[in-house]
Amino acid sequence: MNPSPALAVQGVTHRYGSRVALTDVRFEVSEGEIFALLGPNGGGKTTLFRIITTLMRPTSGDARVFGHSVRDAPHAVRRKIGVVFQQPGLDPKLTVFENMIHHGRLHGMRGSALRSAADALLAQFGISDRKKDYVETLSGGLQRRAELAKALLPRPEILFLDEPSTGLDPGARIDFRNELKRLRNETNTTVVLTTHFIEEADHADRVGVIHEGDLVAIGAPDALKKEVGGEVLTIEAQEPDVLRTKLEEMFSCEVRSVDGSLRAEMSDAHAAIPRIAEAFPGEVRSITLGKPTLEDVFINRTGKRFIDADENLPEARKS
Amino acid sequence: MTPYLLCTGTIWQREIVRFARQRSRIIGAFGQPVLFWLLLGSGFGRNFRYAGGGGEGYLEYFYPGIIAMVVLFTAIFSTFAVVDDRKARFLQGVLAAPVPRSAIVLGQVTGGATLALLQGVLLLVATPLAGVPLTLEAALASVLVMGLIGFALTALGLLLAWRIESTQGFHSIMNLLLIPLWLLSGAVFPLAGAHPLIGLIMQVNPLTYGVAALRRTLYLSAPEAVANLPGLWLSVLVMIAFGGVCFLLAVRTAERSEG
Repeated sequence: MNPSPALAVQGVTHRYGSRVALTDVRFEVSEGEIFALLGPNGGGKTTLFRIITTLMRPTSGDARVFGHSVRDAPHAVRRKIGVVFQQPGLDPKLTVFENMIHHGRLHGMRGSALRSAADALLAQFGISDRKKDYVETLSGGLQRRAELAKALLPRPEILFLDEPSTGLDPGARIDFRNELKRLRNETNTTVVLTTHFIEEADHADRVGVIHEGDLVAIGAPDALKKEVGGEVLTIEAQEPDVLRTKLEEMFSCEVRSVDGSLRAEMSDAHAAIPRIAEAFPGEVRSITLGKPTLEDVFINRTGKRFIDADENLPEARKS
Repeated sequence: MTPYLLCTGTIWQREIVRFARQRSRIIGAFGQPVLFWLLLGSGFGRNFRYAGGGGEGYLEYFYPGIIAMVVLFTAIFSTFAVVDDRKARFLQGVLAAPVPRSAIVLGQVTGGATLALLQGVLLLVATPLAGVPLTLEAALASVLVMGLIGFALTALGLLLAWRIESTQGFHSIMNLLLIPLWLLSGAVFPLAGAHPLIGLIMQVNPLTYGVAALRRTLYLSAPEAVANLPGLWLSVLVMIAFGGVCFLLAVRTAERSEG
């Protein structure tokens, strides 16, 4: 085991002019962990991603990758990391194999060692038959796989991925997720990814939830959900504010009003349903019972629905 | 090969391969200047006599100027590619790799310079058409000078490209800075006889010395034809200094760039 954590984000604050993008963000990721940074677009994930991949210096604070500071030793950090950016990082006018060779050489690899490493990775990701094709002729899913193969070529100890699922259909998304898990299991590579897909974050070992530049929650998905409570009731009412007060009195628990619907976390919410239906006939339009999800964690910590906080991509939550 | 040169080499190679695969770039950087040359040169024909000149026609006078333009256009097109790489985010992947920024810039500059030189060499084939008395020695010396001009202009282009977000932005820079740089370099009309203010600008324009060096090497066997131009060694030294400064500034810009 390495004595330093794979990634330590130490009080990172970042401003673009007067706009604050990140506020004193702190967390650590252990070696061999799959860690997801979950948050709506515009919440600060990409800013943090650019800082931990050495492309941008934080206004204050620091991040360390296996002990190396992105601020003072970006070169040492770059030797440890593999990066898959959100936008395609392959040259569409080069073939898949040419892209691999180019990337390998940037990392000091060369000759037959480089070619055989590239071939092995292309085989591992099932794209050997496309190696002589121009990248622009590959489907989005295959490009993403080629991208991952490229990032893994210099055998990075930690892999950073920015929104790896964007643009992939559900099948390709599952494949990609399994590749990451296999990679971690076989080589103990640490994986840090950003996502605005709640379902994707659910598959990580640990999740950090980022909203408006703050890290609002961090922990294993199950542990975070447990904190929310046993079950979640969502109630659509004729007059939500009136009903809310009545429900809070009746159950002596907090009832939130989120965009016109009422939400309450209770340990035995299912038992409350008939009581609500009987006590307030005509006032209730519908009652939904559910186990808490990471979205509930988000609502619990921010008072906002994830889908509404995600202003840029209304179709974002496809869980 | 050291990792530094490996990086420079692979970036250089990519510039060349991409260029070869984009036929529009070859046509844009080569075809247009040649067309200009033939139309303008033949149009002016022998109506054009410049003060203190050796009595050649405009087709001949304009010929080294057109080589300079081909080199300039090729350098500009190479730097467009850098703006595109930034926009397409390809450059991010390069910047996140453990390579010094200067190795990246060196690869880009030598790539652009190589392409500029190759296009210039292509134009040398037209020398008999222009009526320039070219010898083998003169041709070799001219190619070296073309490489030097290509290096300097690509470095200048990169210095701008690393700061500019869009190709549109680069177009206005090109029209406001790079094309006038060429127009006022002695490529289109000679320094002698120009308006004093224009003459002054031409004298401080580094490209004036690039074009002078090119004329001097092309007429290596007939130096009397270019006797009133700045000397060859002075011209070469000015171009080396100009290219070196642009390169260092481009590296500094790249080091501060956040990809």
